[in-house]
Amino acid sequence: MSVLEAKSEIKTQKPEVRSISGSLAVMEAMIAEGVKTIFGYPGGAIMPIYDALYDYHDQLQHILVRHEQGAIHAAQGFARASGKTGVVFATSGPGATNLVTGLADAMIDSTPVVCITGQVFAHLLGTDAFQETDVVNITTPVTKWNYQVTDANEIPHVLAKAFYIAGSGRPGPVLIDITKNAQLQLFEYAGYEKCDHVRSYRPAPIVRREYVEEAARLINEAERPFVIFGQGVLLGKAEKEFKAFIEKAGIPSAWTIMGMSAIPTDHPLAVGMLGMHGNYGPNVLTNECDVLIAVGMRFDDRVTGRLDKYAKQAKVIHLDIDPAEIDKNVKTTVPVWGDCKETLPLLTSLVQSKVYPQWLQKFHDYMAKEQSVCIDPEMNPVGDVMSMGEVIKELNDLTKGDAIIVTDVGQHQMVACRYAKMNHSKSNITSGGLGTMGYALPASIGAAYGDPNRTVVAVIGDGGFQMTIQELGTIMQYKPKVKLLILNNNFLGMVRQWQQLFHEKRYSFVDIQSPDFVQVAKGYHINGQSINDRSQLRAALQTMLDYDGTYLLEVMVGKENNVFPMVPQGRGVAEIVLSKEEI
Amino acid sequence: MHKQEYTITVYTENQVGLLNRIAIIFSRRKINIESLNTSPSEVDSVHRFTIVINETEEVVRKLCRQIEKQVEVLKAYFNTNDEIVWQELALYKVPTDVIAEHVKVERLLSQHGAKAVVIRKDYTVFEVAGHREETDNFIKVLEPYGLIEFVRSARVAIIKSSDGFHNKLKEFERREPSEEVIENEFLDKNEEVFSM
Repeated sequence: MSVLEAKSEIKTQKPEVRSISGSLAVMEAMIAEGVKTIFGYPGGAIMPIYDALYDYHDQLQHILVRHEQGAIHAAQGFARASGKTGVVFATSGPGATNLVTGLADAMIDSTPVVCITGQVFAHLLGTDAFQETDVVNITTPVTKWNYQVTDANEIPHVLAKAFYIAGSGRPGPVLIDITKNAQLQLFEYAGYEKCDHVRSYRPAPIVRREYVEEAARLINEAERPFVIFGQGVLLGKAEKEFKAFIEKAGIPSAWTIMGMSAIPTDHPLAVGMLGMHGNYGPNVLTNECDVLIAVGMRFDDRVTGRLDKYAKQAKVIHLDIDPAEIDKNVKTTVPVWGDCKETLPLLTSLVQSKVYPQWLQKFHDYMAKEQSVCIDPEMNPVGDVMSMGEVIKELNDLTKGDAIIVTDVGQHQMVACRYAKMNHSKSNITSGGLGTMGYALPASIGAAYGDPNRTVVAVIGDGGFQMTIQELGTIMQYKPKVKLLILNNNFLGMVRQWQQLFHEKRYSFVDIQSPDFVQVAKGYHINGQSINDRSQLRAALQTMLDYDGTYLLEVMVGKENNVFPMVPQGRGVAEIVLSKEEI
Repeated sequence: MHKQEYTITVYTENQVGLLNRIAIIFSRRKINIESLNTSPSEVDSVHRFTIVINETEEVVRKLCRQIEKQVEVLKAYFNTNDEIVWQELALYKVPTDVIAEHVKVERLLSQHGAKAVVIRKDYTVFEVAGHREETDNFIKVLEPYGLIEFVRSARVAIIKSSDGFHNKLKEFERREPSEEVIENEFLDKNEEVFSM
C-alpha cells in the first residue's frame, strides 16, 4: 500500500469531527441502530431531544402515546412481534416512573427495550427539583442495565452499549437517563460506533461439547423423553433448529406460555401448553417422563406447581443462555449452557433418530379426556350464553392461525393461549411473567408496527381494557389496523374464579362495571360493535377482521365461567384437576 | 444444608450505582449482609467487593450467579472461612485516666495484639486487627474500664487459592475468552455437575 492510499484510507475511517448537541447524538444513535419507530411522550426534561427529533421525522416515526406505560408496552409489543429492540422516550419524574411497570414486565419476560428518559440539569440532581426523581435507582431492580448520562460526550458509546446489552444474550430492558444539560451540550462528535463487546458482560456462556454429549447420551437412552420449551427458542431465533431437534429425536414437546408459537400449534409432536391452566397431558406426564429436556425456559412457579412434587423421577437436561437459571428452581442433571441456536444443532447431530409412539399416545389419551371434560363444553356451551373458548375457536377458523394474538391478563388470556391456533413464530404476545393487566391494548399497537404485514388481534378482558383504555387515543391518531376483541364477562374473572374455588365464593370487589366500550371507541372515531348472541359471532368476527382499520368487537360472555384444567396453587403438576368438583 | 459464614468476593468495574445493584440482590431475598467492604483490587480500574453473609451453600451459589449476571460485574467467588485469610479492624475508645490507673497497658496490648492509635489526656484509642472473636474479646477486656466508643470495620479477605485477577481480566478483554474464565465454577468439575 502506498503512503497516499494509506492516507486516504485513514481519512475514510475517521469521520470528520464536528460539534453537535447531545440530543442530535441521540438521533444519530437511533439512525445507526436501525431504529424506525419510537414510542414516547414529551415533557420538560426531554425537550431538547424532542426538538432534535423534529428534524428527523422523516426517518424516525414517533408514536405519541397517551401515557408512558402505553409507550413501553407498545415498545414491548413491537419487540416481540419484530424480534428487534423497542425504543421509548419519556420525560423525567412522572414520565420516568410511569415506565416502571413496563420495565418490570420486560425484565421478567426478557424483552429487549431501550428507554431514554430526560432528567433535570445535572447541577439540580438531588435538590428535589421540579420533576426530578431518582429514576436510575428506582429502576435498578427492573432493568438489565441502566445508566445516567450527565455529559454529552458519553452519549454515543453509552447508547451503543445500551442497544448491545438490551438485545444480546438474554435480552432485557435498558434505561438511559440523560440530564438536560447533556442533551443541550455541544461536543466533538466523532461518529457512532456500534458496540459488540463489554468486558464485564458475557452475553452467552461458551458452549461445552462434553455437556451436549452427556445430554445426547441421556436422550438416546431415554424411554419416555419429554421436551418443554420456553421463549428462549424465540429469542434465540432458533425455531428451525428446535424443530429439527424434536423431529429427529421424535420427542413430544410442550410449551410454556412464553414459548408458544415457536413451533406451529398443530405440529404432530406438539402436545400443548404447560402450567397452571395448561393442558392435562403435559402436566401429568411431566411426572412420568424419564428425561425432561427444558429448552430456554426458567421453571416459573406457574409451570412447576409445587417444586418438591415436580418431575422428581426425571433426569433433567436444561438448555439455557443464562447461567443463573441453571438449578435456580429445578435441580439439573445435565446443564447445557449456551445460546440454543448453537447448542440445539449440536444436540441434534448427536441424538438418534427415534419415535415414541406409545409414549406420544399417552399424551393423546390425556388430551381425549381433557377434550371431553373441559374443551368440548367450552367450545359448545349449553345454553345461549357464549363462552370465551368458542370465540377463540371461531377466530381460529377465520384467521386460519395466521394472526398475531396479543392477550392481556386473566381468564381470557388463559383461554386464548389454550385454544388459539398459531402457524407462525412470534404469534403470541402476552405478559407472561409479570401478569400486567392493561398490557394488551398498547402492546397490540406496538405489534402492528413491529410486523405490519400481519393481522394483529388483541384479546382483552373488560378489566384490563380499562387499565390502558386511554391508548385508544393513540390508535385514533395513528390508525394502526389492530383488531380489538373484548371478551366481557362483567367480572374480574380470574380473581372471581379463585374466590369461588378457594374463598367460599366471597366475591370481594371483582364485580367491575364497564362503560359502553363501543361508544367509548366511537368517541375516538374507532368503529365497532358489541354482540351477545351466538348467531352474530362469526359474522361479527369476520367484519372485524375484514375492516380496513382498527375495529373494536365486544363479545359478551358467560359471567361465571371458569378456566379448567387447573393446577391449584400449592399442588404438584400431576394433581391438575379438570373441574371444580375435583378441587 | 446448613447455614454458615461465606465470604463473597466480587470483581467489578468501578461504576456509580453498582453497590445498589449488588445490595438489592440480597435485600430482595431478605438476606442480611453481615459485612460489606468495597476497595480497589490488585488490578488498576477493577474494584473489589467483599461481602459476608450467613447462608447455605446452595443459596450462596445462586446469589453469586445473580451477582455475576450484572453487566458491570466481572466475577463473583464465594468461600468458606478456611479458604480465605481474613481480617477485620476494630477501634476502641476508653478514658485515659481509668485505663492508666487500673491496667498494665503494655501487657494488655501485647496479649491482644492491640496497639494504641491515639493517646490523649482525656481518651485513648486502641486498634485490634483480627478475626471476629479477637475483636470481640477485646471489648470484654475494656468494658470494665468504661468503653466509650467501639467500631469494627468490614471484613477484608484474601482467597488462599487465587492467582489474582490480572490474567483473568486479560481474558475478559478478549472477544473470544478461553474456557478458563468460563462463567461457572462447576464447568471444570464434571463429577460435581452431573448429579446422577
